[in-house]
Amino acid sequence: MIPSSISARIHGEALSELPQDLYIPPDALEVYLEAFEGPLDLLLYLIRKNNLDILDIPMADLTRQYMLYVDKMRVHKLELAADYLLMSAMLIEIKSRMLLPKPAEIESEDDPRAELVRRLMEYEAIKLAAQRIDAMPQVGLEIMVANAYYEQISQIEPPDVSFEDLMTAWQNVLKRASHFAHHKVGRAELSVREHMSQILRRLKQDRFVEFSDLFDVINEGIPKLVVCFLAILELAREGLVKMSQQEAFSPIYLQAVEH
Amino acid sequence: MEQNNIHQMKQVLEAALLTAGEPLSLDDLQRLFLDRIERATLRMLLDELKTDWQQRSLELVQVASGYRFQARSEFSVYLARLNPDRPQRYSRAAMETLAIIAYRQPVTRGDIEEIRGVAVNPNIMRQLLERNWIDIVGQRDVPGRPSLYATTKIFLDDLNLRSLSELPPMEQFAQTDVQLEL
Repeated sequence: MIPSSISARIHGEALSELPQDLYIPPDALEVYLEAFEGPLDLLLYLIRKNNLDILDIPMADLTRQYMLYVDKMRVHKLELAADYLLMSAMLIEIKSRMLLPKPAEIESEDDPRAELVRRLMEYEAIKLAAQRIDAMPQVGLEIMVANAYYEQISQIEPPDVSFEDLMTAWQNVLKRASHFAHHKVGRAELSVREHMSQILRRLKQDRFVEFSDLFDVINEGIPKLVVCFLAILELAREGLVKMSQQEAFSPIYLQAVEH
Repeated sequence: MEQNNIHQMKQVLEAALLTAGEPLSLDDLQRLFLDRIERATLRMLLDELKTDWQQRSLELVQVASGYRFQARSEFSVYLARLNPDRPQRYSRAAMETLAIIAYRQPVTRGDIEEIRGVAVNPNIMRQLLERNWIDIVGQRDVPGRPSLYATTKIFLDDLNLRSLSELPPMEQFAQTDVQLEL
């Protein structure tokens, strides 16, 4: 199907006619490229219009014209121009093969046009199939699927973490930290608030963080771990994080509370 | 089965289908009930439900993924006015690409390019993949191992089809239809 209204202007003149032959003025190429889905489509159109007599095509001119496209199309749409070039090369090859006398031993060679004809037929079949599919009603366009509202039963919440679980987890952190105990000289400013922000930032990134992952027991001293634990407790108290656990003794997860 | 029971089961099916917003398979529908219900029984109930709704604005239809309620087509034109910025139809290039995948699947990009005679626009493939109308089903065992594309159940659902065989048949052109004046 060719869009009925192709409007473009070349050097101020309105362009409304579709190409009569394979030559496309370079200025109009883009317009034609929009009207046709490629060289097969263009060729099919020309054949259907009975306007194409390839034997009459001045090949030298055609080649020159197509080379001109290449220069023009270097700026944009080079890929599309290449497809058209390939097609014209193929046509020229077919024509030259038909013009050449065949040596007796390859007399049985297939008609050089056969492959092109097969491709044109296949393309035309697909083109029609595409039009039929496009004409079919589609969900969201012509088909409206029923979607009555009902209040979803909220998912079962994981059980709340008990104080004991939290204490056990904290003691494990301390225990592990003791394995890496070492002396640190220096003074670190430990701010519970700062840790709270760090934890929140991490939760924003990862959504779910396991309780024990928040403690860097290898590199941080006990004071820092305590501050981190206090920060978690403070976050929980202020309702900024939610802690959950699938079952007793399973890992405790932290999650930012969505507002 | 008691009459009462059948009536209640039909209502459960109806409520589930009306609220689902997408097709429900027989497997889905079986999960509605604690007792095991034979698929044949479900089909029978769904048939009855279909009949019950015959005079209403919604109809129960079967598509590739299962059953769904949808507005009868004569109301589409009214309903469309509620959401003026509905999704646009796809371009010709996209539809031709889709048709090749639907009728010739599984196909590679190379196959599509061979048939259409132009390079495949990656945006078109992305569009169709994002819509979940096509997906990658494997790789062809040739150098480069190109992906093989096929259409999905959602594609069939969205076109109101139960299977690919319900697509309109492809035109068969005879060799004589195309007269190449070479």
